[in-house]
Amino acid sequence: MFLLYGASERLPEPGTGEYQQMLESWNSATEAMRAAGVLIDCAPLQPSSASTTVRVRGGETLLTDGPAAEIKEQFGGFTLVECTDLDEALKWAASLPVAVDGSVEIRPVIQVAAS
Amino acid sequence: MFRAHWWAAVAAVTRQVGDLEMAEDAVQEACTAALAQWPAEGVPANPRTWLTGTARHKALDRIRRERLRASKEAEAMREASAPPPPGGWSASTDDELALIFTCCHPALDLAARVALTLRAVCGLTTAEIAAAFLVPEPTMAQRLVRAKRKISQAGITFRVPRPGYLPARLDAVLRVVYLVFTEGHQASSGETLVRGELCDQAVRLARALVTLLPGEPEAMGLLALLLLTDARRAARTGPDGLLVVLEQQDRTRWNASMIAEGEAVLERALRQGRPGPYQLHAAIAACHSGAPSAAATDWREIALLYSELVRYEPTAVVEANRAVAVAMSEGPAAGLVILDAIGKDPQLARWPQLHIARAELLRRLGRRQEAAAAVREALALEPPAPEREFLVRRLGEL
Repeated sequence: MFLLYGASERLPEPGTGEYQQMLESWNSATEAMRAAGVLIDCAPLQPSSASTTVRVRGGETLLTDGPAAEIKEQFGGFTLVECTDLDEALKWAASLPVAVDGSVEIRPVIQVAAS
Repeated sequence: MFRAHWWAAVAAVTRQVGDLEMAEDAVQEACTAALAQWPAEGVPANPRTWLTGTARHKALDRIRRERLRASKEAEAMREASAPPPPGGWSASTDDELALIFTCCHPALDLAARVALTLRAVCGLTTAEIAAAFLVPEPTMAQRLVRAKRKISQAGITFRVPRPGYLPARLDAVLRVVYLVFTEGHQASSGETLVRGELCDQAVRLARALVTLLPGEPEAMGLLALLLLTDARRAARTGPDGLLVVLEQQDRTRWNASMIAEGEAVLERALRQGRPGPYQLHAAIAACHSGAPSAAATDWREIALLYSELVRYEPTAVVEANRAVAVAMSEGPAAGLVILDAIGKDPQLARWPQLHIARAELLRRLGRRQEAAAAVREALALEPPAPEREFLVRRLGEL
């Protein structure tokens, strides 16, 4: 799982050349992963102003308005890929546009057997 | 006695049980068993096979006892009852490479890679590694545990990297070996200037890499560099324990056979026609070791090699070394121009070596007061103790 952290939450305005450019660079990155057969799913997320953090403490559900941690970079989306090992995952992670100005965190998914 | 077999044993058992930590523990237990058994029963004909086999049994026993995940157990049991592969249970070249590539994976913290390589590949104990890096033993133990956990959870596979990934991964391995050496050769902290044990381990690692990867000229370049540099070990420290700079070293105390081997390895590397940074560093070291006296050093050639090196390593350190070489071949003023340009970067201004080099060039230009000021700046940056003594002496001379 690639957790995508953008440098800024502010996306370019739809219709602008900047927006078109962002769309194209993402499309080409994800297309390359789809063509290589590693892509399972991917999606951008609403900005962190729309997020709610849930914690259960002592049986009580506590909600916090906003993301779990206050950090400079913003968690903005995810990409789920199937790779043989970390080397391959690193290669694809580095191909994502967000790796250039933000960062990509790689976290293997734990395989849970379906009951 | 067991260190010569440690790498192969840990590599073979890791491949068989799929877990580095378990393999390491099992080899440790096998060594303990050997200590009890060998004195009484004699050393087996093939100690490596004995250690690997015993460790393998201990690891499989532990899997059985602990009943790890059912699938892992089943897999291990299949392995246990299967006939040995054609080469026996001993480590293959690929197993040994897989182990060092795993320990040096760039996704691990650099300090952890160095520690893990010394532990899993070289067989140093956690206490020895902690002492070498001057950290408390629990801190080092924690660092090792965290690194091994990351390996098993992050998808770092125990194998030789596939061709497309090999160059970058090999760079990471060479870097770790080089770091082990430099930490030994010029201890970054502490009172002793050279920690020979670390230098020896690094040379051993580089030598093994050349055997395991005969087609890689940069591995040979690294081995040549380490041999040529380490050959000067005895001359590098004076009887008073103080640093002796290259130009003042007693060249008769240089290790001639190490120099000859280093030069031969470098020649073999260069013949492959694929230059790289380690080969260039080694070629520079060879310029020094080939000079009968400091005065006879071919500084023009060295300056040329440094300007080649800047293409691979565009760093201030390389640039500073080029400045020194230029100063030697074209005069101190030409070198000072390069150093002063580097010194404008506030981060590099905190690097003691820069001020030491500036002081030397200023002294040669007869600008004594500025030279003394540069020595004081270097001292203010708290260099290692033996270098500090050297600087204090220099300040007295000025």
